Amino acid sequence: MTALLSIDGLTKAYPGVVANASVSFAVQPGEVHALLGENGAGKSTLVKMIYGLVKPDAGAMSLNGAAYAPAEPRAARAAGVAMVFQHFSLFAALNVAENIALGMENPPKPRDLAQRIRDVSETYGLPLDPGRMVGDLSAGERQRVEIIRCLLQDPRLLIMDEPTSVLTPQEVEILFHTLRKLAAEGTAILYISHKLEEIRSLCDEATILRLGKVVATCTPREVTAAHMAELMVGKSLAAPRRAATEPGAVLLDVRGLTLLPASPFGTPLRDVHLTVRAGEVLGIGGVAGNGQDELLAALSGEVPAPGAVWLEGADVGRIGPDARRALGLLCAPEERLGHAAAPDMSLTENAVLTARRRKGLDRGGFVDWRGARVFAQEVIAAFDVRTPGPDVAARALSGGNLQKFVIGREILQDPRVLVVNQPTWGVDASAAADIRQALLNLAQKGAAVVVISQDLDELLEISDRFCALNEGRLSEPRPARGLSMEQVGLMLGGAHDMHDVLPAEEGAQ
Amino acid sequence: MIRLIKRPTPSRGWIVATPVLAVIVTMIAGGIMFALLGKDPFEAIRIIFLDPLFDDRFAAYSRPQLLVKAGPLILIAIGLSLGFRAGIWNIGAEGQYIIGAICGAGFGLAFYPSENVLIFPGMVMAGALGGWAWAMIPGILKTRFRTNEILVSLLLVYVAEAILASAATNWLRNPDGAGFPGSRNLSRHAGTANPELLANTGMHWGVVAAFIAVIAAYVLLNKHVLGYQIKLAGQAPRAARFAGVNPTRLVLLCLGVSGALAGMAGLFEVSGPAGQISIDFNVGYGFTAIIVAFLGRLHPVGILLAGLLMALTYIGGELAQLMMGIPASAIQAFQGMLLFFLLALDVLSNYQIKFGREAVT
Repeated sequence: MTALLSIDGLTKAYPGVVANASVSFAVQPGEVHALLGENGAGKSTLVKMIYGLVKPDAGAMSLNGAAYAPAEPRAARAAGVAMVFQHFSLFAALNVAENIALGMENPPKPRDLAQRIRDVSETYGLPLDPGRMVGDLSAGERQRVEIIRCLLQDPRLLIMDEPTSVLTPQEVEILFHTLRKLAAEGTAILYISHKLEEIRSLCDEATILRLGKVVATCTPREVTAAHMAELMVGKSLAAPRRAATEPGAVLLDVRGLTLLPASPFGTPLRDVHLTVRAGEVLGIGGVAGNGQDELLAALSGEVPAPGAVWLEGADVGRIGPDARRALGLLCAPEERLGHAAAPDMSLTENAVLTARRRKGLDRGGFVDWRGARVFAQEVIAAFDVRTPGPDVAARALSGGNLQKFVIGREILQDPRVLVVNQPTWGVDASAAADIRQALLNLAQKGAAVVVISQDLDELLEISDRFCALNEGRLSEPRPARGLSMEQVGLMLGGAHDMHDVLPAEEGAQ
Repeated sequence: MIRLIKRPTPSRGWIVATPVLAVIVTMIAGGIMFALLGKDPFEAIRIIFLDPLFDDRFAAYSRPQLLVKAGPLILIAIGLSLGFRAGIWNIGAEGQYIIGAICGAGFGLAFYPSENVLIFPGMVMAGALGGWAWAMIPGILKTRFRTNEILVSLLLVYVAEAILASAATNWLRNPDGAGFPGSRNLSRHAGTANPELLANTGMHWGVVAAFIAVIAAYVLLNKHVLGYQIKLAGQAPRAARFAGVNPTRLVLLCLGVSGALAGMAGLFEVSGPAGQISIDFNVGYGFTAIIVAFLGRLHPVGILLAGLLMALTYIGGELAQLMMGIPASAIQAFQGMLLFFLLALDVLSNYQIKFGREAVT
């Protein structure tokens, strides 16, 4: 059998970094092929070359035995290559069919298109009403729009970039069902991910990239996840550890927090209750856009919440972020550039951003720049932030390094309560492990830690109790130990209007 | 093909070098323009940039004029730069300048003909208060009703001009002035005068205030928490909120400070170089100061140099019109070129330029 897509010695260098060094592999028709690697391993550059977004410096590709060198995505689509991006490109104010028509070369009449969308969605078990506004759809449903947009082109190769990061476990099952069906019909799928269990359950072959090079290929079903992780990271990772501690007094108490969103596309918080004790990690799971940002803003003090936020028995709902910090309630928001840190300011200046009060970085209104620099250096050293020094602008750091700096800046201030939103999003595996360990160490020293995350494995690994945030409502917390993925999925609200379409054999599993 | 590659951090060398380069490029382009007009380009450039300072015939008059013109520009631009750094756009400094002059002059004239030494400091206070109050109008409207401060502050300039006309012809008119519009001459009365402090330098209290403002702004922006918050709010508004910066307070503060400095500039002008409240008292310092603020990269020292350079091109430009018959519009085009090249070359401090074809699209 000849390979559908074969890649031979693809190389792409950017100033200062080789994104891909002589990468070769082949994808067979009907194969689900995993492309596995950490952030920065070169996965995105590689698929961008396949999709015609980036031109390789050297190397060749062939598709179905013919030379293949797409100059632009349109040429790639014409050759039968389709791609679903991690970030959707959809217009919230248009309906599904209009969004799909926008991406087509020659869109058919609206009525015909709507019918084709219904046909494809039924065939592949992806229910979607062509007339619905995209703004009203969940993340999982938006992804279906993107997938159906691709399927309408009858692709021979479908590239999926981190497709499960925005899905609930049930939605992931539905997606996998669709992908398996596509593969059975002969469509090849190039599946990019760093989630090992997913790859083991879905993929036939895996190519593992590290620092731009192919370091291994394997058959995921035949190896352990730990083995793949070692190949991906290049060293073995220690699972986060902690000694068992007895939870102490209640430090953070949220009572009946109800909040209207600041923007029309925000999510309202509805009667949120939570308590966190000293020495405890509370995990809050949920798909992004279900109120995580709003919850963090209410806890940090960016949005006042009178009477709803209590710290060590005192009402702090009315006071602002700086005053809450002084009392020991610290936060690390999800968006690193522009929210947790100012992009064009140096790390020293960014250290002052939150640490001024607790670290005494000002005297009589004047900033103690020397002290700030020392503190920034402490953070850099303690959290292994890779940077030439504290005078570098925040935007010059990679996402993972900046995240380590942001988390480290809060932890080294010795908080009573720390609230973090997506602490390891976009962070490579070894840095993520360091951050998780640091959060556990903080809890062990007697702080209360709230971790808001989409990464359910992470939450179950480090949390004492787990609760789910869904459409602005927080579920009752349950002990994280012994919680199954299925139970977690149900807490997260299950799959959005998918219950009745799940095929019987899938549902019975 | 030319490609721009963003630098991870702005180049410090280029930040200093681009203004110098811009002046040189302006001289070349302007020289070509003057040559096309049939004028000797070298002579024109020399008259604009050197003669006001070094030519024996003109320097006695022009040299003091440099500080007289640069003083208010710098004082106003320093105030504006604080707001601009925080993303708060006060475009109405001209109006605050007028109201400051009227309030300060009114205070002085209320005590006429007393020559008490406390009158002049009182006038400075009144001028600052007047400018501050005028700037509080867009400030309060913005923080209370979310109006746009650009529009409100700009339109208030025209209101201020109407009040100026009314003051000059009506309630501040010189009772001994035979009915001519215009107030009593403040600069010729000991109690209200803002005199030249050192003979033939142009140095008056307004210039002193401008220098103090430069130093104070430098300290504020580089050493003080407030300056840090101003920069943070301008660069990353969300991060500023997260850091605990109160946006309402910052808006009122920045508008208030810029209004007060513009009002003081107006008072120093009316009690010194201009001498009296008259219908055409304002000559556009408030608007030109916006250019000066950006020319100086919103940096206090940059604004000091930009104010002096701007004053020099005005004086030199007038001289070139007078001596060589270069049309006024050509001089304006020349000044425009200077601004254009300064802003265009700014790209060099944030981007690297690479020539040649690129493999990546």
